[in-house]
Amino acid sequence: MTTIGVLALQGAVREHIRSIHACGANAVEIKRKEQLEEIDGLILPGGESTTIRRLMDSYGIFTAIQDFADKGKPIFGTCAGLIIMAKSIVGQAEGHLGLIDMTVARNAFGRQVASFEAELDVAGIAEDFRAVFIRAPYVVEVGKNVEVLATYDEHIVAVRQGPFMATAFHPELTDDHRFISYFIDLTATTKS
Amino acid sequence: MSNIGTERVKRGMAEMQKGGVIMDVVNAEQAKIAEEAGAVAVMALERVPSDIRAAGGVARMADPTITEEVLGAVSIPVMAKARIGHITEARVLEAMGVDYIDESEVLTPADDIYHINKSDYTVPFVCGCRNLGEAARRIGEGASMLRTKGEPGTGNIVEAVRHMRQVQSEIRMVSSMSRDEVMTYAKEIGAPFELLLQIREEGRLPVVNFAAGGIATPSDAALMMELGADGVFVGSGIFKSANPAKFAKAIVEATTHYQDYKLIAELSKDLGDAMKGLDMATIEAHDRMQDRSE
Repeated sequence: MTTIGVLALQGAVREHIRSIHACGANAVEIKRKEQLEEIDGLILPGGESTTIRRLMDSYGIFTAIQDFADKGKPIFGTCAGLIIMAKSIVGQAEGHLGLIDMTVARNAFGRQVASFEAELDVAGIAEDFRAVFIRAPYVVEVGKNVEVLATYDEHIVAVRQGPFMATAFHPELTDDHRFISYFIDLTATTKS
Repeated sequence: MSNIGTERVKRGMAEMQKGGVIMDVVNAEQAKIAEEAGAVAVMALERVPSDIRAAGGVARMADPTITEEVLGAVSIPVMAKARIGHITEARVLEAMGVDYIDESEVLTPADDIYHINKSDYTVPFVCGCRNLGEAARRIGEGASMLRTKGEPGTGNIVEAVRHMRQVQSEIRMVSSMSRDEVMTYAKEIGAPFELLLQIREEGRLPVVNFAAGGIATPSDAALMMELGADGVFVGSGIFKSANPAKFAKAIVEATTHYQDYKLIAELSKDLGDAMKGLDMATIEAHDRMQDRSE
């Protein structure tokens, strides 16, 4: 069976675990780098990207995730996870993991009072996906190897580059598990 | 096609804060220290609770200059406090673009009977609670996040522990009740019946519940997580300590790794003095902030 880890340093970990279970896969909370050896794919959940990055730096988990990615193992980031996976971030000297060739803008839709829900057409996943955007980022530009999966109001909000996927919204906050299920299938395929 | 201010985006915002530390700050400089240390949000205030306690008099919403200064200083969410029942202070904070409003007993209540009807607002609210009845009433009014009241500005964890244990124990009790017992229990604790049924089904509150009111050390934060808190608020504990930057970072790490006791031992070394703190027995009944509302 496919085992998906959820980085559990801070953020909406419980929701991803619930979603993974609903799709019939194993779920593990990842707090320590050693735990990465037990999993086939990794989810970087929503939360505060600055907080998650600080905590990733503390115990070598940051470099361990880079090694995990170098092996071509799938990683899926939602919201803060998207920011952490981006090659560059508007207004910051450097990105974090730099796994996806894209530039992202943080809090791009505005502060919390501008947080919203919308229906999205996501290429190959769903035509009517209820997406929850919370102080969400969006993708300003992507490299040629990046596939754009969805846009909202002409802004890129879901992407995939090989084994790496990211969304500006939170598929884990609804009962629609098609996105998580897509990632689990991607992980299962990569594994075999 | 798009909807702002829905229950899902308001509650969801609090879900994203889970496992994190929200810190009280009174200016841009403190806000930056908090962000740098890994805080998930800051609470912009004119004074931290221990100074409010010492100053006495009527405590109100902070001067908007301070709130704006903090809003401009950091990229993490900014919360601010309105007095209980003060509809206008809350609307002012919403208009300024704060990310979350704390309808807080730390300030002097503006209404001694009614809380704000929080469902009316686009901005989400957090409220304090000491027990399940209080928690359920606040959710009924539209709170998207809860926290224990504890006893603010004391640096004494005992009241926060009492409130967290009380809420958890009542949730367990409701979960094991037969459906016909729930109505009478709802009457006894003054909680909305439908909400109690939902809590009984799911075995937990429908919104996150953070710990607040008395957290002063990394171990205090870890204790509250152990008792089932979704995250912690630290008020006076950080900027009333000897070394705020170090304290803040240690509390953030202890909250994430709350069962890693060797790590907490390391984090707690050479931090310097924690805030001094107050014994509950020395606080007069009229000075207990937690009793200002129910």
